[in-house]
Amino acid sequence: MTALLEIENLTRDYALRGKGGAARSLRAVDDVSLDVEAGSIVAVVGESGCGKSTLARIVMALDRPTGGTVRLGGDDLFALTPKALARKRRDFQMVFQDPYGSLNPRHSVGRIVAEPLHLLDDAPRGRERAALVARALEDVGLPGSAAERFPHEFSGGQRQRIAIARALITHPKLLVADEAVSALDLSIQAQILRLILSLRDRHGLTVLFITHNLGVVDEIADRVGVMQAGRLVETGPVREVLDHPREDYTRTLLAAEPTLAVLGQRRRRA
Amino acid sequence: MLAIRNLSVAFPGPEGPVRVVDDVSVEVGRGESLGIVGESGSGKSMLSLATIGLLPKSARTSGGILLEGRNILTMGEKELCGLRGRRIGMIFQEPMTALNPAMTAGQQIAEGIRLHHGTGRAEARAEALRLLDRVRIPDPARRIDSYPHEMSGGQRQRVGIAIALALKPDLLIADEPTTALDVTVQKEILDILDELVADLGLSLILISHDLGVIARSTDRTLVMCRGRAVEDGPTEAVLRNPTAQYTRDLIAALPRRARAGLGEPGLGEEARLAAGGTP
Repeated sequence: MTALLEIENLTRDYALRGKGGAARSLRAVDDVSLDVEAGSIVAVVGESGCGKSTLARIVMALDRPTGGTVRLGGDDLFALTPKALARKRRDFQMVFQDPYGSLNPRHSVGRIVAEPLHLLDDAPRGRERAALVARALEDVGLPGSAAERFPHEFSGGQRQRIAIARALITHPKLLVADEAVSALDLSIQAQILRLILSLRDRHGLTVLFITHNLGVVDEIADRVGVMQAGRLVETGPVREVLDHPREDYTRTLLAAEPTLAVLGQRRRRA
Repeated sequence: MLAIRNLSVAFPGPEGPVRVVDDVSVEVGRGESLGIVGESGSGKSMLSLATIGLLPKSARTSGGILLEGRNILTMGEKELCGLRGRRIGMIFQEPMTALNPAMTAGQQIAEGIRLHHGTGRAEARAEALRLLDRVRIPDPARRIDSYPHEMSGGQRQRVGIAIALALKPDLLIADEPTTALDVTVQKEILDILDELVADLGLSLILISHDLGVIARSTDRTLVMCRGRAVEDGPTEAVLRNPTAQYTRDLIAALPRRARAGLGEPGLGEEARLAAGGTP
């Protein structure tokens, strides 16, 4: 097994302006190392402010690290020239949390899905391009004819499918999903998780899945990293981390999760 | 104590009225907590707004919402004002937008006390301090003078609960009170609500899309789908032996871990314990 994505000793400091202009800094990501094997789904789970979204942004090269490296397929993303990085972007794409905010309401679904094709030197045009968009939509369970419609005509779950079709149109090796199912109703959430699993099985997609929800981690991921205050406190196979947590923080998170295991305990407690 | 009888709520639409709540009947007893669960668009929030008399003006209603025998739907604004806060307290989802950013925590809690009871400034502030302590805000003597933006989400929601409690209502309505919060903070807030129901004998209507939250904090559950009540009963019975297909679908859509308590095959005892179960 080879790691498609290698994150090594990654650190990101943000400058804060303290009271009276005193310069302080906040370490949002603190010495994080994580490997993601090709074809695997790795989740990073943590609460607000733990640095998981900053980590996702750096992996997407939307932000630069203060220290450490991110390698994708062996290439150090931050050592590439801007032109080489732009060419590399076809290999890693992202799906965001909010399916309402992440699709331009004035553009047709076809135009939205085709947008990343500008990253390709040999992007198809005309009829070939339309066929590619239709195939991408069908791949995520939408009719090809959805291309002519606009985002407002679709439900939240369908919009998230559109966002996934857009992310996959360049056949990326890595998909970064940042809270991609958090805004969805439970039944829709389950459908989108099944879709991501099936895309992995069909296309060998590698996924870095950022979430706050341990239940979702359990459903989708092969491995999980638990983040707290910028640090990756525990990493391992999902079964191992969730069933035999080694760290207190992981145990705290697991215990706080509301589950049906509490059924029937209420009266006894009262 | 509260009885909702054949309640329907409709809004005018381009193709005739759209019914968002459709013939729902449910009761909440004193000291009882009722969970209302459903997905977006199920009408669960409209039901709670109707209960506190805050439906938009364009809403058309039929049926009745009886609070100790008196119908909230037929009350005038003046009567409703006497009811809101005093009899029914409301806790909203987003504590950042529900609080006034230009007032300190103490001022917002004291405001209702002073308006409704004509209490003096110092006395209202003392009561606000007592309430902040009741919702277990750390260092209440300092927090009383904090503005919402200076607080964490969990602290803001505690202030929201303190405001809802200020006039000693008999019924609390909490609409997705922990949805915007981290799980560890959610647990603290739900603990406080449980404690209020147990200690003060309050009735609670807890609206949530999260069956785990409902399982943890309610005695009875009403399941809603597209404005209709599909099932209601004791929470444990509804979740262990659902009679409606929709309830079964909701439970099936839960992540495995959240379903663990139902004793599903494939999940070992360890996973159940790790998920917060007891031996």
